[in-house]
Amino acid sequence: MHAPRSLPAALSFTVLLLVLSGCELNTAWNNPYPPEHAQSNRIDSAFSEQPAHLDPARSYSADEYAFIAQIYEPPLQYHFLHRPYQLEPLTADSLPVPRYFNAKGESLSAAAPTDQIASSEYVIRIRPGIQYQPHPAFAQDATGNYRYHHLTPAQLTDIKTLTDFPATGTRELTAEDYVYQIKRLATPWRHSPIAGLLTERIVDFADLTAHITAAAPPAIDGNRPFFDLRSLPFRGAEVIDRYSYRIRINGRYPQFLFWLAMPFFAPMPWEAEAFYDQPGMANKNLTLDWYPIGTGPFFLSENNPNLRMVLTRNPHYHAEHYPTSGSDEDRAAGLLTDAGQRLPFIDQAVYSLEKETIPYWTKFLQGYYDSSGVSSDAFDRAIQFDNDGSAALSPELTQQGIQLTTAVNTSIWYLGFNWRDPVVGGTSERARLLRQALAIAIDFEEYIAIFANGRGMIAHSPIPPSIFGYRAGEAGVNTAVYTWEQGHARRRSLIEAQQLLTQAGYANGQDPTTHKALTLYYEAMDSGPDSKAQLNWMRKQFAKLGIELVIRATDYNRFQEKMRDGSAQIFMWGWNADYPDPENFFFLLYGPNRKQTGGENAANYHNPEFDRLFEQMKDMDDSPARQAMIDQMIAILRHDAPWAFGFFPQSYSLNHAWLHNVKPNLMANNTLKYRRVDPIQRDQLRTRWNQPILWPLGVFAILLGGLLLPVIFIIRHRERRSAYQ
Amino acid sequence: MTAYLIRRIWQALPILIGVNVLTFMLFFVLNSPDDMARMQLGDKRVTQTAIDNWKAEHGYHLPLLYNASASGIETVTDTIFFQKSAKLFVFDFGLSDSGRDIGYDISQRLWPSFAIAAPSLVIGLMVNISLALLIVLFRATVIDLMSVAVLVVLLSISGLFYIIAGQFVMGKLLHLVPISGYDTGLNAIKFLVLPILIGVVAGIGSGVRLYRTFFLEEIERDYVRTARAKGVHEWVVLFRHVFRNALIPILTGVVAILPLLFMGALLTESFFGIPGLGSYTLDAINRQDFAIVRSMVFLGAVLYIVGLILTDISYTIADPRIRLANS
Amino acid sequence: MTLVILTTDALLFLLVIGIISFGIYAARREHLRAPWRHVVRSSIAVAALIICSSYLIIGLLDSIHLRTSPTATQVVSVFDLWCDSLRTRDEKTYSAPFATHALAKETVMQADGTVMRVYPRLQYGGAHLIDPVHDRNSDILRTALLGMIQGLFAWTLVVLAVIQLFAWHSRQPFNTALTAVWRGDTDIPWRTAFITCAALFIVGFISAELSQHYHILGTDKVGGDVFYQSLKGIRTGLVIGTLTTLVMLPAAIVLGIMAGYFRGWVDDVIQYLYTTLSSIPGVLLIAAAILMLQTYMTNHAEDFNSLVERADLRLLFLCLILGITSWTGLCRLLRGETLKLRQADYVQAALSLGVRHSTILSRHILPNVLPLVMITLVLDFSGLVLAEAVLSYVNIGVDPTMHSWGNMINSARLELAREPIVWWSLTAAFLFMFILVLAANLFADVVRDAFDPRMSNRR
Repeated sequence: MHAPRSLPAALSFTVLLLVLSGCELNTAWNNPYPPEHAQSNRIDSAFSEQPAHLDPARSYSADEYAFIAQIYEPPLQYHFLHRPYQLEPLTADSLPVPRYFNAKGESLSAAAPTDQIASSEYVIRIRPGIQYQPHPAFAQDATGNYRYHHLTPAQLTDIKTLTDFPATGTRELTAEDYVYQIKRLATPWRHSPIAGLLTERIVDFADLTAHITAAAPPAIDGNRPFFDLRSLPFRGAEVIDRYSYRIRINGRYPQFLFWLAMPFFAPMPWEAEAFYDQPGMANKNLTLDWYPIGTGPFFLSENNPNLRMVLTRNPHYHAEHYPTSGSDEDRAAGLLTDAGQRLPFIDQAVYSLEKETIPYWTKFLQGYYDSSGVSSDAFDRAIQFDNDGSAALSPELTQQGIQLTTAVNTSIWYLGFNWRDPVVGGTSERARLLRQALAIAIDFEEYIAIFANGRGMIAHSPIPPSIFGYRAGEAGVNTAVYTWEQGHARRRSLIEAQQLLTQAGYANGQDPTTHKALTLYYEAMDSGPDSKAQLNWMRKQFAKLGIELVIRATDYNRFQEKMRDGSAQIFMWGWNADYPDPENFFFLLYGPNRKQTGGENAANYHNPEFDRLFEQMKDMDDSPARQAMIDQMIAILRHDAPWAFGFFPQSYSLNHAWLHNVKPNLMANNTLKYRRVDPIQRDQLRTRWNQPILWPLGVFAILLGGLLLPVIFIIRHRERRSAYQ
Repeated sequence: MTAYLIRRIWQALPILIGVNVLTFMLFFVLNSPDDMARMQLGDKRVTQTAIDNWKAEHGYHLPLLYNASASGIETVTDTIFFQKSAKLFVFDFGLSDSGRDIGYDISQRLWPSFAIAAPSLVIGLMVNISLALLIVLFRATVIDLMSVAVLVVLLSISGLFYIIAGQFVMGKLLHLVPISGYDTGLNAIKFLVLPILIGVVAGIGSGVRLYRTFFLEEIERDYVRTARAKGVHEWVVLFRHVFRNALIPILTGVVAILPLLFMGALLTESFFGIPGLGSYTLDAINRQDFAIVRSMVFLGAVLYIVGLILTDISYTIADPRIRLANS
Repeated sequence: MTLVILTTDALLFLLVIGIISFGIYAARREHLRAPWRHVVRSSIAVAALIICSSYLIIGLLDSIHLRTSPTATQVVSVFDLWCDSLRTRDEKTYSAPFATHALAKETVMQADGTVMRVYPRLQYGGAHLIDPVHDRNSDILRTALLGMIQGLFAWTLVVLAVIQLFAWHSRQPFNTALTAVWRGDTDIPWRTAFITCAALFIVGFISAELSQHYHILGTDKVGGDVFYQSLKGIRTGLVIGTLTTLVMLPAAIVLGIMAGYFRGWVDDVIQYLYTTLSSIPGVLLIAAAILMLQTYMTNHAEDFNSLVERADLRLLFLCLILGITSWTGLCRLLRGETLKLRQADYVQAALSLGVRHSTILSRHILPNVLPLVMITLVLDFSGLVLAEAVLSYVNIGVDPTMHSWGNMINSARLELAREPIVWWSLTAAFLFMFILVLAANLFADVVRDAFDPRMSNRR
């Protein structure tokens, strides 16, 4: 009997909905955040991959740096506004100047030839008075003993997260914390990804590793008990006094300063290890990998990688101010309005887990994320090109007050030929011509147009713009693949590629031995939604020359394995610069750095002349001589063609009108402290953009009612009939 | 009863061991411990020493199944298989390959999964049963025929379609619910509305059709005919006799899947960004985190067996003629 | 031109041969023939069967693979050759159904060196039109009309031929037969069959005509014709839906019957086997197996000459692993049925007479469980087709280079967020899948009712 009664209810509900849809509601139903946060001074952002490691000794990915760069402070940082990228002191009081020594320990001048320099010494002085974030590891009782350094299992039972420890404390940052962290990098069970590199670079690093291995207590159930590294002698990094320390490097290594701006060289208080390495902590995920402890502008107040991460302003943050110098464009863009203000501006940054791109983009348009990249699928809606080809925002988004910033990334995508492969690799003229022909035939302009919506810049050499050694215009054209016509680089025609192919002995792409089409193998990684299209496209490029391309698609893991054992033939891969120096790109082609020997030279390229130039170039300061050397190296690469230089990706990012002080900085990760938001404006716009549309629900309810009505009528009719019977 | 339970649990052991062996074989055929180390350590500047360190730290330095260098019982126990499997039986899942405690993550992610699955099941049951009853009321009429046709149509639509269309219309066009995400406590409700709605709608086709046959089967039994012949009112017949008796097969069917509610819905969770066990599993597959996949397989198998036992018990409760010993 | 036989091709044709020979076998046995007679007398079943058959014909045509020349490494199917124009006429990127211009603007360099953003004309879609804005609609209408007339003509020929045959068979004059069919007075619902055929013919001919000049379902990201891709998806769907059941059949039948017949420790072992397998969550098992296959393929790359072969092996493997996860249900059913049959008088009698086990099994047990097997085969089909889409969505389905509805949906899910929205790939895949699954479900319903006497009075 419940059906007839529900009809009036359904009808009145419909009426209610229709009434509601007529008036403006002041809440948005689809707001993913709790209503009480509506006007708080915070940034709403997202992360797509769970960070795996937040320990600065271990972390080495952009996803993780998005968090830990706001928390940990290495001695140096990149200037927020200046270009080309420029280092400036962060916790240090000035940029350290290296002193050089020969093998006998005698001091040398900076101009001394590299082969005489046996070691260099960096003395870093940090500013006094910098305090750590509040953290239970520092909590002391009245007598000055650490409260939580000797926890019993009983004390631990009620602890689930770090916030369950009632007391916190802080302490001043000292030089010892920096030295402690460098020693942590040498600790084998911390698995620092740069340990191998530092073994070559830092004096006595390998000895320290051996020392630690010998002296450390064994692991219990996979967890190491606390092992105090402070007392270990280490010539590579030494404390001079409370506020200064010294790092010794083998030979000359000018790029070392860049490393000092990375979280690897952030300070780590010994109290942290003493606290986290207690038994029972790891089973509750209470480790340095999950709960960072730093001096930075923010600390991680909520750590739930399954849902959200929250950074909150560090109440003890030292006095740091917004930069006062910048270019005229910066001033025009309003990037200097806040000059000289105390940092940071925001109280909180909330990062929600967002794996799929569609919801991310939709939520950005709805105003629930403050900034967003532009995925290729949403591109045409967001970006329009002017007649001169420059990108601008579509009127629709401009009306929403969204702003666009673009930057050419310090990274490169390239098509590599395995130097060890008998067909496409090696120094033979036949293989070289084949590579050249392919480099012409593979139309990366089209690739960029289709798969990146034009967000890429054709690479004529491995050096992207904004890195020393890059040449723009005619001087930078790769003449093996391009010609310079009317102020534009023009890809050589397919006919030229076919001629090269004929010269190589593959007329019309036919293999002279089998008289079949030449078959090449392409190693492809991943198999996401887009990859099928990309693989098809790649096949078409080779088919233009009559070459059959067999694609071996594997997951990234397997792809890397093939790179390591050098069994791939042709592959496409990318590289993201660690620091803004040409050395960081050329070393991808440096012979001794071959992938098979554990390096990053995935093409296994090897050319003695190139290697010789590289060894000289890497230790030079930026100068015309260095530029000349780089030009020479690029000429060799263009001739040998171990890569078909692909393109430098461009990143376009959008931000809403209420977010201020946005300037892409591809080297600095700690830019959150410069951001400013206008929460009132944000709240108003969000509500206005997200009025629920209710009339379709009403229509649906009416339709349902219309369907139910005859049913009820029939039931009634039947009942009456059966009652009469 | 207790004796029965003990025996069933005892019988479950070899099944769980079998499950473990199978998953273990599958994963190590495709992935060497070296691969796993590389996966976890990242791809930049990794040395063989670092890999060996990682393997030793995570217990992957041992031989897979048989340790030839050990002696006595240790040839079997001092292997990756034994070390990694033994603890599962006391539900100690250990650390994932990326270093998080799996038990902790599972306990966190259990509830979002449950928060979607349980309401979907309950609301779905109510909707399906009412619709089925309504259709049965019109049995052997055009309405019945048309309803069945509609049900078959609903049944033939891919589940992906319901999800994609639902998200697009409700979230993007109408601004009624957040398009994805999750929150804790009461704030979760607005995130759950759409996935639950989609879960219910997607289940209508098959559910109503099945329940309709249950009801029809019941309606043709002699006692129902007798009741009707005695002039008992149609509504009373339907609710007092048909509904009650048909509820038994429906509920016993439900009992079997109850424990699996915790396993989460793979597609729904990943589409809506809900941090449940379904998306946990999917992520683990994509990241090839063997420790998590193995734990989830084990958990799934345990819950499946619990479901089997619960079904047996519910049969005896529903029909006392069946004795537990026979099953 | 040389024939290339892929494993799934061979198995698919084996299945067809199997079904035909089973038909001949069943025709002589009343207990098998009666339910089928019941099936073909249902008009729903006949309509569904005709739709399924049209899918099957395309699927089978797509399963005869050829190497067009001895030097070519590419393998194409007869179906590919048949609609060669669809296959080869790729645009550059997205275009809407019946579009004459690309969906997105493109930078075009003018003769004078200036650059402009315009919607470029498509290379093939509506390329014959001089003024596409003006002429397109009337051209579409004209072409569609032409297709319809052709379709009706072909249909009339077929119908007349069939009625002639029917008249011949039932020894009636042609006119009487025609009237009977017209009135629906025949045992087999010929009228429904002809109406379904008419719809199929008209739709088929219209789309064939139109697809010569337009991309009737648009193009995808790299300009491939979506209509062609949807048609190619048919084979994948059919293979998954049928071969999965086929490959699991031997194991399920043998083990199920053995468990029920021999009981004792054999039963225990087999029960243990299927409980263990079915307690593993299916998706995890499939994921593991597919990843494993990928590893194998990478390590043995030289064994696979072409992409088609690789994709084919993966498809077969997917069927196999889906079979492994789904055979347990049938095995359990067969075990129960055999347990029941073993108690039957004639089996008991045979046992006491000392008849050999193998004879009892093949003479008495196997024929009696066949209907059960058949119902499972038909019932599982639609579920498997749908499962393929879901698996491809989580990237553990068929090879990404293979045309399948799942892959189409997977790559299309990002397209809904595009502006302007790209809805045609998704819609086409869902539509093609929906029609097949709906037809299969309707057919399965009738089959189940026919074989299950308890259910026969339901409809």
